[in-house]
Amino acid sequence: MSKVDLKEIAKQEEELTGGHRLCSGCGASIIVRQVMRATEDPVVVGIATGCLEVSTTIYPYTAWKGSFIHNAFENVAATISGAESAFRSLKRQGKLEGDTKFLAIGGDGGTYDIGFQSLSGALERGHDMVYLCYDNGAYMNTGIQRSSATPRNASTSTSPDGEVIPGKQQFKKELTDIVAAHNIPYVAQASPHNFRDLIKKARKAFEVEGPAFLNVLAQCPRGWRHPEGEGLDILRAATDTCFWPLFEVENGEWKLNYIPREKAPITDWLKPQGRFKHLFKDKNKYLIDEIQEHVDQRWETLLHRTGEK
Amino acid sequence: MSNQVALTGNEAIANAMRQINPDVVAAYPITPQTEIVQIFSQFVADGEVDTDFVTVESEHSAMSASVGASASGARAMTATAANGLALMWEILYIAASTRLPIVMPVVNRALSGPINIHCDHSDSMGARDSGWIQLYAENAQEAYDNTIQAFKIGEHEDVKLPVMVNMDGFIISHAVENFNILADEDVQEFIGEYNPEHTLLDAENPITVGPIDLQDYYFEHKRQQSEAVKHAKKVVAEVAEEYNELTGRGFSYFEEYKLDDAEVGIVALGSTTGTAKAAVDNLRDEGIKAGLLKLRLYRPFPAEEITEALSNLKVLAVLDRAETFSDTGGPVFADIRSALYNADSEIEAVNYIYGLGGRDTQVDEIEAVYKDLQDILESGEVEERVQYLGVRE
Ligand SMILES: Cc1ncc(C[n+]2csc(CCOP(=O)(O)OP(=O)(O)O)c2C)c(N)n1
Repeated sequence: MSKVDLKEIAKQEEELTGGHRLCSGCGASIIVRQVMRATEDPVVVGIATGCLEVSTTIYPYTAWKGSFIHNAFENVAATISGAESAFRSLKRQGKLEGDTKFLAIGGDGGTYDIGFQSLSGALERGHDMVYLCYDNGAYMNTGIQRSSATPRNASTSTSPDGEVIPGKQQFKKELTDIVAAHNIPYVAQASPHNFRDLIKKARKAFEVEGPAFLNVLAQCPRGWRHPEGEGLDILRAATDTCFWPLFEVENGEWKLNYIPREKAPITDWLKPQGRFKHLFKDKNKYLIDEIQEHVDQRWETLLHRTGEK
Repeated sequence: MSNQVALTGNEAIANAMRQINPDVVAAYPITPQTEIVQIFSQFVADGEVDTDFVTVESEHSAMSASVGASASGARAMTATAANGLALMWEILYIAASTRLPIVMPVVNRALSGPINIHCDHSDSMGARDSGWIQLYAENAQEAYDNTIQAFKIGEHEDVKLPVMVNMDGFIISHAVENFNILADEDVQEFIGEYNPEHTLLDAENPITVGPIDLQDYYFEHKRQQSEAVKHAKKVVAEVAEEYNELTGRGFSYFEEYKLDDAEVGIVALGSTTGTAKAAVDNLRDEGIKAGLLKLRLYRPFPAEEITEALSNLKVLAVLDRAETFSDTGGPVFADIRSALYNADSEIEAVNYIYGLGGRDTQVDEIEAVYKDLQDILESGEVEERVQYLGVRE
């Protein structure tokens, strides 16, 4: 990987400009701006339908400096495969010169759920592209419905906390692991509160030949129900509690990028978010224990897989 | 220069694709289109084309990748049939409204359910309002000719629309036919270089494709799309004329077969028009003034030209190889009747739905249709407006 000089990177021009209509405090735009600083080549950006897309390209305006395409909700990976194939074909025929990067972006709905087939197909075919999932843990654009990335017991508009069912019943799908099972050159999980780590990972993702995948946790003040200014602190709690481990899989080699000196209790992650509020009622306390147990198990698995234990 | 060859319809289309040499092909196999993908992948494996062949995991991704490739300035093709086309549905509309000149052969097959692999037009007829230009063929020669003309139509600066080249499954796709194939250089010269004005890969002039388009602009963009479809009609005729100069073959919107002095006539599209020609010949021998209008261009619909060509008829049957389940007949019938209404026509028009799921339609059955029309002509009475031909009731 080439050297990441944060001072230099900070001077780079913004690829996603201000004036877009994302909510204040939204994680998606922060992530995109960090990731796009990791390359100086022109980037063709594709986005799945979702908050980021509808808020940054409201005709006749666009917040994108470079080339941008939105096709539909479930097909950004296939769409960018087509663009990348066009590039390869035209370059081979001598009709194009220079280097171009291809970045497909989807929310967790567009990636874990409806776009999963398209993603898996594109990864298997080996297109030279980066897929970035900004995982805010629900279908935020349509009003906070649960996805397979929604954490267990989160209250969403289709998995509400009720008299008999305390929010979402399933644990989050481990998509990063599933993507790693495609044996692509680079896979990583990251979070924008640790921008040095995220930018490094994005740099690696752009530099490898073939597909790379970044799964990045994105706060959503409306969906997670927290004050706008607290997003990055909550993301930090996600990594300190080991709810969202930062790791990477480089050519099959698993590596943890952050091991907290002392694992914080899961309540540090749950407590500041309104979507978990019901868990703190007396009758639901056992659910917090179950979540803690699940997180501990997952962390153990990762420690072993990465050779830390 | 051209060459006589004996090939199946699928081989004809695969060879047309080889001669076009598209930059990107993204396709997924489905009976009866499968051979096209297989033959073309051999061309790729043998280095006979410059194409980047994207072996997608579904037709939805085939059309999605075609959109990505076409927006990047590539000549992009795919091919499909039936359920594959249905799976593409959402993206068909996006391809057309994004004004991307993708070309897609569709090997017509009955749409499930029940599942069936044989010919009818329920697949492409369902896509008739998606904004794609639709061409139909009687035989492999026409399917080949339509494929060669498709990019020139779709890429025209006044059009910029995707083109669907339809060919009847099995009946044409799997039957060996003698036909003329152009020399590779002539195809290249005919279709020319493609240099679109805006592409995703032009880093100096970046564009935003597919933004959200709300109450304040969506309607105008749809209106522009309608205008492009209007232009397409003119361009289809121009390209057909140019192709005719090169090959001596073809016609723009439809072929008129013994229609000039006909009293009873049929409008149809696809391979059954060949059968209908045999029926017309037989009836002419019996002194019945029968004629046929074979549609090539179905979208946009050349309504005025059709009614003009039919104007001498007294009674007309429209043959539809698809149902609309509207209880008012098939899709072509609806278009023809509304065209006749606009033309203040007095022609009595009836509808026959035939050949669903690959049910064979024979010369004598079409002759029987003409006999029905003769009865209407004599009695002035229409007993049943919409009938089903060759079905067990
Ligand atoms: C085929 C299809 N189904 C449903 C929708 C409606 N829809 C649009 S965006 C969206 C949710 C997006 O969620 P996610 O991918 O998590 O991104 P976010 O909005 O949270 O950023 C849904 C359900 C759609 N556009 N297309």
